[in-house]
Amino acid sequence: MTRQDRDLFVNNSPYFLQPASVQSVMLRVLVALLPGIAAYVWFFGAAILVQIALASVTALAAEAAMLKLRGKPLMMFLGDGSALVTAWLIALTFPSIAPWWLTVLGTLLAIIVAKHLYGGLGQNPFNPAMVAFALMIVAYPQLMSQWPAAGVTDFAGQWQAIFGTREIDAMTMATPLDALRTALHTIEAKASVASVLGSNPAIGSMGGKGWEWVAGGYLLGGLWLLQQRIITWHMPAAFLGALFAIAGIFSLIDNTQFAGPLFHILGGGAMIGAFFIVTDPVSGATTPRGKLIFAAGVAVLTWIIRTFGAYPDGIAFAILLMNIAAPLIDMYTQPPVFGHKDGKGGSR
Amino acid sequence: MNAVQRLFGFHGGVKPAYNKEASTGLPIAVAPTPTLLVIPLHQSIGGVPRPLVKAGDRVLKGQRIGGADGNVSSAVHASTSGSVVAVEMRLMPHTSGLSALCVVIEPDGCDEWIPRQPFDFRSATPTQTRDYLRDAGVVGLGGAVFPSYLKLNPGKTGKLDTLVLNGAECEPFITCDDLLMRERAETIIKGTLIMREMLSAGQVLIGIEDNKPEAIAAMEVAAQAANQAAGDSSIKVVSVPTRYPAGGAKQLMRVLTGIEVPHGKRSTDYGLQCFNVGTAYAIYEAIALGQPLISRIVTVAGNVERARNYEVLLGTPMRDLVALCGPRADSDRVIMGGPMMGLRMPSDEVPVVKAANCVLVGSKQLFPPPPPEMPCIRCGECAKACPADLQPFEMYWFSRAKIFGKAQEYNLFDCIECGCCAYVCPSRIPLVDYYRFAKSEIWAREVEKEAADVARERYEFRLLREEREKQEKAAKLAAKTAAGREKAAAALAEVEKPAVTPEQDAKKALIAAAMERAREQKAQAHPENTINLTPEQQAEVEAIEARRAEIREMAKPHLRQDD
Ligand code: SF4
Ligand code: SF4
Repeated sequence: MTRQDRDLFVNNSPYFLQPASVQSVMLRVLVALLPGIAAYVWFFGAAILVQIALASVTALAAEAAMLKLRGKPLMMFLGDGSALVTAWLIALTFPSIAPWWLTVLGTLLAIIVAKHLYGGLGQNPFNPAMVAFALMIVAYPQLMSQWPAAGVTDFAGQWQAIFGTREIDAMTMATPLDALRTALHTIEAKASVASVLGSNPAIGSMGGKGWEWVAGGYLLGGLWLLQQRIITWHMPAAFLGALFAIAGIFSLIDNTQFAGPLFHILGGGAMIGAFFIVTDPVSGATTPRGKLIFAAGVAVLTWIIRTFGAYPDGIAFAILLMNIAAPLIDMYTQPPVFGHKDGKGGSR
Repeated sequence: MNAVQRLFGFHGGVKPAYNKEASTGLPIAVAPTPTLLVIPLHQSIGGVPRPLVKAGDRVLKGQRIGGADGNVSSAVHASTSGSVVAVEMRLMPHTSGLSALCVVIEPDGCDEWIPRQPFDFRSATPTQTRDYLRDAGVVGLGGAVFPSYLKLNPGKTGKLDTLVLNGAECEPFITCDDLLMRERAETIIKGTLIMREMLSAGQVLIGIEDNKPEAIAAMEVAAQAANQAAGDSSIKVVSVPTRYPAGGAKQLMRVLTGIEVPHGKRSTDYGLQCFNVGTAYAIYEAIALGQPLISRIVTVAGNVERARNYEVLLGTPMRDLVALCGPRADSDRVIMGGPMMGLRMPSDEVPVVKAANCVLVGSKQLFPPPPPEMPCIRCGECAKACPADLQPFEMYWFSRAKIFGKAQEYNLFDCIECGCCAYVCPSRIPLVDYYRFAKSEIWAREVEKEAADVARERYEFRLLREEREKQEKAAKLAAKTAAGREKAAAALAEVEKPAVTPEQDAKKALIAAAMERAREQKAQAHPENTINLTPEQQAEVEAIEARRAEIREMAKPHLRQDD
């Protein structure tokens, strides 16, 4: 047999494949983020687009450098789109008027440390974007808490804020989550949820002015991902359901100290988390039951950190904590294989 | 359909482009007898039949040229009359490119049959009938080529609930069962009735994918006629949703009855047995007409101008068959079977065998080489598609890392190698290649370990024997000296009654315990894999063994990459 024949044999059955690629998966995730981004721009100005651009360029450059260092085929991996997804998630979870270097630094950490030092695409035990978020919020809590006020869409001002030529205090505002947490924690027990939410201009009817629309945009994109079968219902449903349930129970117990479920679901990173971050397949659980447990765990931890913790949003920490547990969850939730189920069972 | 049959789904599956229309336009044609027939002796799962002819012999059509060997084996026959030119090693229709013993026959053009006698299975014992079918060479024609006589046994209870007839034909391009059902439904039903009687099966469910309305209609008519003759409605033709691999025996049994037969278990333990429609046809020919299995229907499709089904004499070179259909100039390979599970042939000279339901001609355009393999992103697509409810990416991970024990824990051996996972994987990982590799490695290790255990047991036995010999020698030596006579008596006594001093007693007990432990360990290490094999499992071992060397080679490039 000639050497050429040998090579041909590697192409074994199945001989044809469904048209699918990592690239097309990642691109559709990016597309699904667009409605949320559009709402973001509408309510909070175009600064977010600058951040997305910054993060994207940084991510691609870091990815290329790491691939080269690791001796990997550059074009094949650079084109897979996974770095862009990480970059966009970083930009969207960081404050849109954060100084440029914060976004760049976060992105570098995500790509170089959280992704490539752990072995690159598919090997990272932690969600890279959330690693970036957690590190940055610990290192620069102040900067990570300066969010644009809704309706203030003055682009020139935002530009100057990002590139450090202007004091940013004038245009920033705490996010609803942050405002609530600060009020409840610092003004000793005098504030109640209702009073804080009623008096704070950042807070709209539900999750915070403007933010509920951004959340709606993410929801829309997320539903499209579901329809595209890129994600399954398990994670978003379990995450939002559990968050709703725990927030609901506690606000029923004491609605002066605990914000209601809608506030939690529409505020902060809950919606982008539910459809785009918790659902990251690489670092999360993979079995159907495991996904439910994983996402519900993230929700409960998120609520706890939001309510009792020192940081405005707890999703990043919650996800990282659950990332640690993911392999174990998978191990204990292996679905029964064909013929080993109890009874005759119907199809799933 | 006489009653609405409740259907059950199965998990996973895919919907590839079916590409069946090309070969269903024309009726089945009889392929011309080639100038030389090359008939491999080993055409079924199980033992290699012994050659019964030698070069120079004249053989008749249907004459047995290979006798079944062992418990699991099936005879082979001359497909036409002529003279045996050689019994020699020839290239086999298998990806490995290995050769095996074949009977090469030069047809004399007379096509002269052996005397054909119907077999009266009603007055024969079940064993006699099974022996007859073994010698008639009837094997599963769906592609698995498992000897049918072994499956025509109702098992412990002596009867079955359901005989499932598999006409699903879920692989793309293949239409041989479709055409057979359209054109010869009545014969299929007749064969089914014979099998049903042998199995004492209550009902017959004939599962056909709903993309074959003509076949369903034809089978329906034939089934109705049989039901009317019997005055009941126990044969049902059931249209099942088109989804690969609905034609997998286990998947079809589940779809039709809701029963999942676990890996390694006999379906008869669950009151079921499943046969391909082509096998039913062959059983009728063997029993009612006295004709052994010498031909089969083969779909020729793919990169050819005129795809079509042919009735082909076993041993016809694939090249001759392909030539009938006008292969296109850019054809670069011949595949036996379909695009999901088919085997790539080492050459188009290899003969059509009992397993060849389809000869698929490929080209770079039709089956483009897969794009480079990316890392697994744990997207879970493969798990969603797996009809065996496995977690393919976990098995892949451990197979690739050669942590075979873990791969087995993730039920590697429940994998039916259907290819659904690889078909959907966005990272284009040749997942099934990894499973084939891991399975073959595991079998190889089991065999090696078995050998090592035997060796260890022998070694321990030798220690025991040497101890005994030493004592005997000492006794003899002592006996030579008068002074030692008494001692000798003692030593001898010790040898005869193996427990004289407590010390030696303890020593022997230790050795005995060690041997016992070794035996136990061995028993524990193997119960699943190499001891007490069912014929199916044994067949699997053999099939896997056969592919082992080849797969190792094939897997190498993947394993090297990126490590
Ligand atoms: S489909 Fe491919 S990439 Fe996705 S989990 Fe399975 S093996 Fe990994
Ligand atoms: S080849 Fe094996 S693992 Fe892959 S889908 Fe089929 S049964 Fe599942």
